Amino acid sequence: MDLIAIVTIFVLAVFVGFEVVSKVSSTLHTPLMSGANAIHGVILVGAIIVADHSETNLELGLSVAAIVLATINMVGGFVVTDRMLEMFKGKSGGRANQSSGDKK
Amino acid sequence: MNRTIYDLIGLSAGVMFILALKGLSHPRTARRGNILGAIGATIATIAVFFYASEGNELPLNNLGWILGAIAFGVLVGVPAARKVQMTAMPQLVALFNGVGGGAAALVAIVEYLKLGDTASTGVVIATVFTVLVGCVSFSGSIVTFLKLQELMTTRPVVFPGGRFIIAATLLGTVASAVWVVVELGTTPLLILAALSLIFGVLFVLPVGGADVPIVISLLNAFTGLTVAAGGYVLDATLLIIAGTLVGASGTILTRLMAEAMGRSLFGTLFGAFTAKPQEAGSASETRTVKSGTPDDVAILLNYARRVVIVPGFGLAVAQAQHTVRELADLLTAKGIDVAYGIHPVAGRMPGHMNVLLAEANVPYEQLSEMDEVNPTFPQTDVALIIGANDVVNPAAKTTPGCPIYGMPILDVAQAGNVIFLKRSMRPGFAGIENELLFDPKTTLLFGDAKASLTKVVGALKAL
Repeated sequence: MDLIAIVTIFVLAVFVGFEVVSKVSSTLHTPLMSGANAIHGVILVGAIIVADHSETNLELGLSVAAIVLATINMVGGFVVTDRMLEMFKGKSGGRANQSSGDKK
Repeated sequence: MNRTIYDLIGLSAGVMFILALKGLSHPRTARRGNILGAIGATIATIAVFFYASEGNELPLNNLGWILGAIAFGVLVGVPAARKVQMTAMPQLVALFNGVGGGAAALVAIVEYLKLGDTASTGVVIATVFTVLVGCVSFSGSIVTFLKLQELMTTRPVVFPGGRFIIAATLLGTVASAVWVVVELGTTPLLILAALSLIFGVLFVLPVGGADVPIVISLLNAFTGLTVAAGGYVLDATLLIIAGTLVGASGTILTRLMAEAMGRSLFGTLFGAFTAKPQEAGSASETRTVKSGTPDDVAILLNYARRVVIVPGFGLAVAQAQHTVRELADLLTAKGIDVAYGIHPVAGRMPGHMNVLLAEANVPYEQLSEMDEVNPTFPQTDVALIIGANDVVNPAAKTTPGCPIYGMPILDVAQAGNVIFLKRSMRPGFAGIENELLFDPKTTLLFGDAKASLTKVVGALKAL
């Protein structure tokens, strides 16, 4: 791809990245970090591409290792973030249901 | 599938990632945001299987290996994420981040092996960047994991000549990076990877325990940038977008975290080298502290009008969230005004304590952030500090040069009475003596937080 196109994408993505998280309460710092962490697990796509290209055993071995690591990053990251956020759910409705459920 | 459709799918995944980060910034939309991100990542992953790049045909080569590796990754990652104790969650996030950086470095190495001399200079530079930063992120995250898991000391590790060794390693790393770009070849690249791994370890070792979350966040941003560079190497637009988004938002987040802790990023990373060595607290051992019984604590609480509970990591370790809620409910029933004072970094990470208390169904309205609760301490009769130490340590205000100096603290010293529930006199995570423990208005109740709280609840009921 054209270098200028890539630089354009890069610069615009930097600004979007800055903008979307500029105001966030400290309560959400941990889930946000964890969610962003899961998003970069999309390197899995890159790992699959290089595994497809692999010709030697060394290349294949390294790319299989990359796929395993990237999958752990991506899948594990989204699951653990969801578990964190589950705790925040239903500050009004959900929680009331839950505590009344406890009493039964 | 042709390139246009494939790129459009990549674009929609990129949009989902933006919306995911946006959603994650607000409590109400956070969970939806995360799920949207997961959907985006899944779509992007599935699309690769149906896209034949030039000269290749479907199905992908090595398909069995690819699917097997993904299945294995899922089998490792999902149970780890589901079963981890919420208290140990920060180090798991660190570990996930590290393996992501490692994956990016491996991807760049494989692509480099394959391209050999045909790689353009731009691609080689991006490869070098990916390998370097990916390896730093990988080994650095492993060290943060070891620190948070307390498998190694949480204090800053500083050795004689440390800063020269770090500077030399950095210089060597940069030199080998230039070597790769100029000479090309596999050997320089592997030397670069090895030096980067060592640099990652050296870079995190001097960081004190309380600052580790900031470093995790920084390494997270690093990994984002490596993924973006990897995307350039592979000509994959989605990776450039996703990686840059994480790199940029991660940088902002790191700064926000550092601000919440009253630390400068520079001070966090290099503070251990500039701080004056601490004077040994030998005098403190001879001083006496006032330790009380659960009954004493119950009486203090029973006759209070306002109680502020300050939870810390000790509460989380003891799994005492539910007991503390029981205590708070009991006090509320007696007409006592109860609030929780949550320090931004209570626990191990910003927001960690909110997660833990939410798990115990503590009403959200009772959780007060530091700025709200600090002005109310003079009207507070009892500050009940459960397994916290550094976040209430007045040394942060009074002792310039100590590792936490400048960190905003909860002003519990302003309250009428201060009660500490502690396991022992051991200093907190940052390893600093707390003067407040020796204050005449302080009562200490030693023991496991949950056992102590259970006794206090029993004593309160008996009153």
